Amino acid sequence: MHGGHISIWFFIGISLLVNGVLILGAGIYQFVVPPVHPTVLFQLHSGIWWGAVLTIFGLLYCIKFAPSKTQHQ
Amino acid sequence: MNLALLLLAPSRMVRLGTVDVIIIAFYFALVLGIGFYLKRQANTGEDFFMAGREMTAWIAGLAFLSANLGALELMGWAGSAYQYGILATHWYWIGAIPAMLFLALVMMPFYYISKTHSVPGYLKLRFGEPSRALSAISFAFMTVLMSGVNMYAMAKVLQIVLGWNIHFSIWIASITVAIYVALGGLRSAIFNEVLQFILIWAGALLVPILGLVEAGGFSGLKARIVTNFGAEYTHLWSTLGNFNDNPMGINWVGIVFGLCCVISAGYWTTDFLVVQRVLSAKDLRSAKMAPIIGSFFKMAVPFIVILPGLLGLAVLKDPNTGALIKLVPESVATTPSGIAQGLHSYNDVLPLMLARYCGPGLLGLGMTALIAGFMSGMAGNVTAFSTVWTYDIYRALIKKEADDRHYLNMGRWSTIVGVIVSIGTAYLVMRSASIMDYVQALFSFFIAPLFGTVLLGMLWQRATNAAGFWGLFAGTASSLGMWAWVYRDPSALRYIAMSPAAKPMAEDMYRALWSCLICVVVTVVVSLLTKPRPEAELKGLVYGATEIPSEGHLPLLQRPAFWAGLAAVIFVILNLIFW
Repeated sequence: MHGGHISIWFFIGISLLVNGVLILGAGIYQFVVPPVHPTVLFQLHSGIWWGAVLTIFGLLYCIKFAPSKTQHQ
Repeated sequence: MNLALLLLAPSRMVRLGTVDVIIIAFYFALVLGIGFYLKRQANTGEDFFMAGREMTAWIAGLAFLSANLGALELMGWAGSAYQYGILATHWYWIGAIPAMLFLALVMMPFYYISKTHSVPGYLKLRFGEPSRALSAISFAFMTVLMSGVNMYAMAKVLQIVLGWNIHFSIWIASITVAIYVALGGLRSAIFNEVLQFILIWAGALLVPILGLVEAGGFSGLKARIVTNFGAEYTHLWSTLGNFNDNPMGINWVGIVFGLCCVISAGYWTTDFLVVQRVLSAKDLRSAKMAPIIGSFFKMAVPFIVILPGLLGLAVLKDPNTGALIKLVPESVATTPSGIAQGLHSYNDVLPLMLARYCGPGLLGLGMTALIAGFMSGMAGNVTAFSTVWTYDIYRALIKKEADDRHYLNMGRWSTIVGVIVSIGTAYLVMRSASIMDYVQALFSFFIAPLFGTVLLGMLWQRATNAAGFWGLFAGTASSLGMWAWVYRDPSALRYIAMSPAAKPMAEDMYRALWSCLICVVVTVVVSLLTKPRPEAELKGLVYGATEIPSEGHLPLLQRPAFWAGLAAVIFVILNLIFW
């Protein structure tokens, strides 16, 4: 939905990007400083790759549906 | 009062870190920001109640699904998967997909072409004012009560899982929903529902992925469940020949005719909470495509809801002893003895799995997914209530002549009043938890007969106004009667479900089936005894009297029927795979 307004997909991009960066950061911190009580399958470092996936998708959505682009459509 | 003290109670299932709290706080800020941003786009009644009827098929379809994907749904069905095994998937596949496709291809043209604002509004056009009044008043009353029940359930879950103060949870979630819905109306609710849908997937998807890694794939998962609990937990259809052969105590007749043909068909095609999202679509093709798009995602939802429950059956073990952890019914877990032993209920399986696999950040996103689910369900109830109250009760029965601005303001105020009544209901439930069961049962009384009435109204020209009203009334009254009968004498279940081995889940299916049949029989008999309406009055409302635009000129990939066919094929294949 654009119609000269900010697209819903831009808001979703912002949400994924912020959450992705925070999760990626927390994952990297845990990689450097392992917790005393790790979660099951901690060795897979899911925080790092899941945070990276969310960050990439968030960035893509923010760029593709940026208000500067959609408001001219 | 210190916020930290307010938030934290002595016991909790999971402990959030700073990054988790930031993620949850960011979510609240974002949904409020969207509400404030969209306020300037809600200038007319059509904007506020119908989102300007300009949603694309994708947005309407995701909102259609998200309004149903509340956290009670997520946690409740994950718990049901632990309790009943893979049978719980029926509520996502046969209990949803055929109904969604039926809504798209058969019923949506009549809803859309009639330009109704609501399902009770359609009943007014088709059967007259008495049918609308009966349907609107019962729907508005039950919707706002259901919103309160959901609110209480959310606060209770946040108290158990996070240790949050129950009053804090009720008020913070309610005020947030009231602000963003009162500001932006349905458009704001839909935008937030799409956001919530994405967050639910982003927050919950890791649990089944990591769970399958731990269990050794799906075959490893099945093998563990068979070893731990038995093979009947891993089959979708093969145990439904007899009530005694499966953990749910139901047979295939109840699933196919009760669940698929009545309960789910009624819910997905006549519950205004979900239908309202589709009515906001920008044209008829988008309105037909929205439920079809929703059906593809609905088929995938068991991956994030049912699979965590099944994983609970397979991998939940005491980290110290290695012994299998067995979850118990809520009624056992909440007794003093259950609390002393640290027992967890079936409904705790999803938070337990989140805590098992998710570290800092991921846990915050998972909890955000649950909170988002609660809030989307609450916003869905409130927007549907506000529309039905304003258009089908206030404008129809109280103030018939007023300008659009007046009804827009009434919509905003009724949103706030709806939230306040919901809060009141939440506190009522807090005093007596058994009210929750009654409200949920009551809601089901109206859906099955309403489906019979709307379906006959759309497909049978001969159905008359009086028949519509009396059919709906008889179906609802019979459903209430059957419930009261079994409530007073539980052994009566053998007559309702036609088997002494039937369990409560079967009662719901069969009660819905009988009440819908009674509604249909009464509607047909009264129709044949009363004078039909002239065909000219039924234009745009009934099959045979309505010109439905052809889609023959569209390329194959743009035709709703093609995508519905594809969804149907995938649906059949999935059922065969997990037979």
